[in-house]
Amino acid sequence: MASSCMGIGGEGSAPAAPHVLAVDDSSVDRAVITGILRSSKFRVTAVDSAKRALELLGSVCGLTEPQIISRFRNFRFLCCIACAITYSCIGLQGANVSMIITDYWMPDMTGYELLKKVKESSKLREIPVVIMSSENVPTRINRCLEEGAEDFLLKPVRRSDVSRLCSRVLP
Amino acid sequence: MDYSNLRRQIIFMKKSFFDQGYLDEQFNQLEELQDESSPNFVEEVVALFLKDSPRLLINIEQAIEKYPQDFYRLDSLVHQLKGSASSIGAVRMKNECSVLKAHGNDKNLEGCRRSLQKMKREHATLKQKLESYFQLLRQVGPRNSAVNSRK
Repeated sequence: MASSCMGIGGEGSAPAAPHVLAVDDSSVDRAVITGILRSSKFRVTAVDSAKRALELLGSVCGLTEPQIISRFRNFRFLCCIACAITYSCIGLQGANVSMIITDYWMPDMTGYELLKKVKESSKLREIPVVIMSSENVPTRINRCLEEGAEDFLLKPVRRSDVSRLCSRVLP
Repeated sequence: MDYSNLRRQIIFMKKSFFDQGYLDEQFNQLEELQDESSPNFVEEVVALFLKDSPRLLINIEQAIEKYPQDFYRLDSLVHQLKGSASSIGAVRMKNECSVLKAHGNDKNLEGCRRSLQKMKREHATLKQKLESYFQLLRQVGPRNSAVNSRK
């Protein structure tokens, strides 16, 4: 379903500014990272959980057949399909997220778990994932980098951290 | 209106926040993100903090005062508060969070209570100071305010 919409708003008509998905359960930190990214002229979508991030990334497309069938009766899932189709048609599909920047410590699903899900998905694994944390824990940092994180930023994140990172990671 | 006098007041006020250790460099970082497209960025972020933090303080108190105490939840709540305080440059609050966290880890109930009371006072003072600051800024207006300039 989504692939038939890819021609509209897909790679051929790529948007001017890279689109960054920011994930943080703190409203203060979401506002700060959004401000930092916007001042560097990125388009930003900020969400408050890893679950919402995966929905936005169109992980619907990454689900296996049994998973899709088992969720079919779930009304919310139908809304996700509707959203995914809409998003892909207006170019907000997973393919159009250039980078994910996520907090490490979140309730329900951590940034590390989100990182793993992204890297396990054939559709999403190419998207660079950056982890942010207020705690400097070397084992945690190594674990994230080993799992494929592009970088690990210590909070509070500064504009210089982000612009250095983006010039390296984004086109 | 005499903007130069107001601007002087604003500069002195902000300087006092830094000199007295209420705010740190992170606050400057936020001010640098203000521009024409987001002229009230700092005030908006601080408003989010002042909206969230009272709830966290209440929940922290509940975690301490319930029996048996929930030190695990306390740690998580203090971590959240510390994070957002740090993000706006509220260094005194951030430091008091570290103290509270340490007392929680030691399961030192009296220490937690003392620290929480101190935290509430710090929070009230910070709120009053920042609200006065933004009120002054609003009087001057974004175009006339030297501190909002990104030059």
